[in-house]
Amino acid sequence: MMAEGQLKEGIVAGRLSSMEYADNFSDLNAPLDAHEARVEADRCYFCYDAPCMTACPTSIDIPLFIRQISTGNPLGAAKTIFDQNILGGMCARVCPTETLCEEVCVRETAEGKPVQIGRLQRYATDEAMERSKQFYTRAEASGRKVAVVGAGPAGLACAHRLAVNGHDVTIFEARPKSGGLNEYGIAAYKTTDNFAQAEVDYVTAIGGIEIRHGHALGRDVSLAELADGHDAVFLGMGMSGVNALRAEGEDAEGVVDAVDFISELRQADDLSTVAIGRRVVVIGGGMTAVDAAIQSRLLGADEVTICYRRGQENMNASAYEQDLANVNGVMIRHWLQPKRVLTEGGRTVGVELEYTRLEGDRLVGTGEMLVIPADQVFKAIGQSFEAAPLNGSGSAIALERGRIKVDAEGRTSMPKVWAGGDCVVDAREDLTVAAVAAGRDAAEAIHRSLTANGRA
Amino acid sequence: MADIRNNFIGIKSPNPFWLASAPPTDKAYNVVRAFKAGWGGVVWKTLGEEGPPVVNVNGPRYGAIWGADRRLLGLNNIELITDRDLQTNLREMKQVKMDWPDRALIASIMVPCEENAWKNILPLVEETGADGIELNFGCPHGMSERGMGAAVGQVPEYVEMVVRWCKQYTRMPVITKLTPNISDIRQPARAALAGGTDAVSLINTINSITSVNLDSFSPEPSIDGKGTHGGYCGPAVKPIAMNMVAEIARDPQTQGLPISAIGGITTWRDAAEFLALGAGNVQVCTAAMTYGFKIVEEMIEGLKSWMDEKGHATLDDIIGRATPNVTDWQYLNLNYIAKAHIDQDSCIKCGRCHIACEDTSHQAITSMVDGVRHFEVIEAECVGCNLCVNVCPVENCITMEPLAVGALDQRTGQTVEPTYANWTTHPNNPMAREAAE
Repeated sequence: MMAEGQLKEGIVAGRLSSMEYADNFSDLNAPLDAHEARVEADRCYFCYDAPCMTACPTSIDIPLFIRQISTGNPLGAAKTIFDQNILGGMCARVCPTETLCEEVCVRETAEGKPVQIGRLQRYATDEAMERSKQFYTRAEASGRKVAVVGAGPAGLACAHRLAVNGHDVTIFEARPKSGGLNEYGIAAYKTTDNFAQAEVDYVTAIGGIEIRHGHALGRDVSLAELADGHDAVFLGMGMSGVNALRAEGEDAEGVVDAVDFISELRQADDLSTVAIGRRVVVIGGGMTAVDAAIQSRLLGADEVTICYRRGQENMNASAYEQDLANVNGVMIRHWLQPKRVLTEGGRTVGVELEYTRLEGDRLVGTGEMLVIPADQVFKAIGQSFEAAPLNGSGSAIALERGRIKVDAEGRTSMPKVWAGGDCVVDAREDLTVAAVAAGRDAAEAIHRSLTANGRA
Repeated sequence: MADIRNNFIGIKSPNPFWLASAPPTDKAYNVVRAFKAGWGGVVWKTLGEEGPPVVNVNGPRYGAIWGADRRLLGLNNIELITDRDLQTNLREMKQVKMDWPDRALIASIMVPCEENAWKNILPLVEETGADGIELNFGCPHGMSERGMGAAVGQVPEYVEMVVRWCKQYTRMPVITKLTPNISDIRQPARAALAGGTDAVSLINTINSITSVNLDSFSPEPSIDGKGTHGGYCGPAVKPIAMNMVAEIARDPQTQGLPISAIGGITTWRDAAEFLALGAGNVQVCTAAMTYGFKIVEEMIEGLKSWMDEKGHATLDDIIGRATPNVTDWQYLNLNYIAKAHIDQDSCIKCGRCHIACEDTSHQAITSMVDGVRHFEVIEAECVGCNLCVNVCPVENCITMEPLAVGALDQRTGQTVEPTYANWTTHPNNPMAREAAE
């Protein structure tokens, strides 16, 4: 049934009833209960050299944790997960499992229905977190201090592993809350009930981790100061820049960065205060585009269109995410690039796009134009790393393709400084789980360097 | 369409599927439901002697083990014989037999091991019109502590003695139900035959403890913190029952003795296997207690379809067909050589064949070939043990392929001989050497 509010012109709040908001933003995948988890766990074949485990960027021993669930030992399962991935709870919610562990599950091969690894992982980690079960104790204090920049997935994973190894960690976080994209950048229906903060609390409960909010690198603290005052530094600040549309009129009222919109939505205490257009166009083809588009619909937008400049096969959003968008009434259009934002009195009224095609490897405009009416346009064409905060405090850090250059251990060109997560070039497509792996591995590398190969 | 009418020691039923003596056959209400569902016959739950009936525990009677998805694989029970008054049972049996004349109705009986006890009850049972009796020498719990059930079945001399009394005091056919809780099942079978039994039925349930409660440290089922061994049944016991049926079927002393097979029969296929091993019909309990009486529809139709497909017209065409193929290990052909083969198209690459072989057997399956995950049999190492076939989750993905005569066995370097040769003549057998000398 269409809510009356959906037809209000312009960018307005309160399109839906409070019940509709609650329903629309409830858990995307309801958690498995104990019975469902046991039934699903029974499907796992306990493969040798399991493909799922190989596909997991954090190398979680998936067959083992599922077997632990099937034997009625969910806490043991949770420990198996956390041993490799302390943010296993969030990864269970946001990982594109359909392109990772579940894609290679032998039951996907056998019958096109993989074991629901993500949901099982959530079941186990939820059990442990709900019972406040902590599995790790800190090693004897090493007396070493490490600064971590950014309290996102990479920073938190790094900080936790350092704390486990007995080092004292201070995290410098620019935002008022920890969690990084888990808190500010992921669709609300994937992480309900303030899960991101619950996870931060769970991770930091080990002790030895101090988080200083409102401390941005380059503004409130410099890299040189951090390096001077600590035995090591880990940079995990992610990406803060947003790529420009390079379309005429993109400064118009109603043109918004998708990440800002998602962040605003995530931070809203009351979703009926979040304004949304009647007609929304999202420019981009990744997860952020999908998250912004679906949530626009869920907030009551009448028409939502994703416009992507290449074909479906080139979209960074997984097939599952695209399906989810379709199911939620989002129209995805391909081979369209924005040329001009149309305005009336400074206010956005539409987007003019040009059809594209490939000429060899090169994407070119065909000259044919299309206008889609819109009172709100979200830019979701990728984020960029802002290197400026690193500089001006001594020797510059080497970059690679616009992000921080690191070696196999996460070490930057600057002594005592490691980096990981979205701020470095990583082959694994900027996934949360990849950031966790990078933070964890950098922590181990830092630990080795601080303790002569792990010996304190 | 195949004809599956059953004639077991002169007792006729429309199909070979009887319900075993157990809770599903304790009263007319259940038995009538069973007949309506299509069961060919029932063995009424065991009657005791006249007087105050036995009492059951008032807590749980059953324990179980489960497979994946909590599928019931094995059930055990500590229930006793019927706890209803003898006259009530007899009255109901008579009525049911009158109402369902085409179905088999057998009375299971367990009374003290005294001649008079048997002499007294047999005429009462005969009066119901029952088609036959089954002597319960099998119950392993409770009644055996009182000198009945398995306590009789475990002593061949007692078995023979009681069977003799029964044959003396009734004209009804006698089926002697055997306990598997004995080292050699042929002994009580031979004793029953010596006593004049018309048939044996087996197996009764197996002594068992299904689980231990790890909070209370009580065996399950737990009665106020204590447990006792119960009788184990269900799919898990089928292999044990099949071996015992085959042992009796191929024993020269009991060959031809009709057998009513019991033990984990759940599908038509289970039934067909028992018939092939020499059973004249089958009795079912756990499957009905798990799924209800409707399963008999699948059993009837499945058996008929298979018989039609294979061209078997009647049950006699299949009964005992596998019996001659059950032999002693010493007569197995050692010149028969098979190797595992993995069908790469149906392989889902779970790797279980590899790790089972690698960790626990003969290191005869690869896990990686040219840097790619790939599972393939190394014929030079494969002893043809079949473990990989059994752990593979995909049916028919791994098969055992016999080597043709004259082919080279890469493991031994020998070619496959055309002749049959077993252990009795093998050079490594000291007995064979002695015989040759």
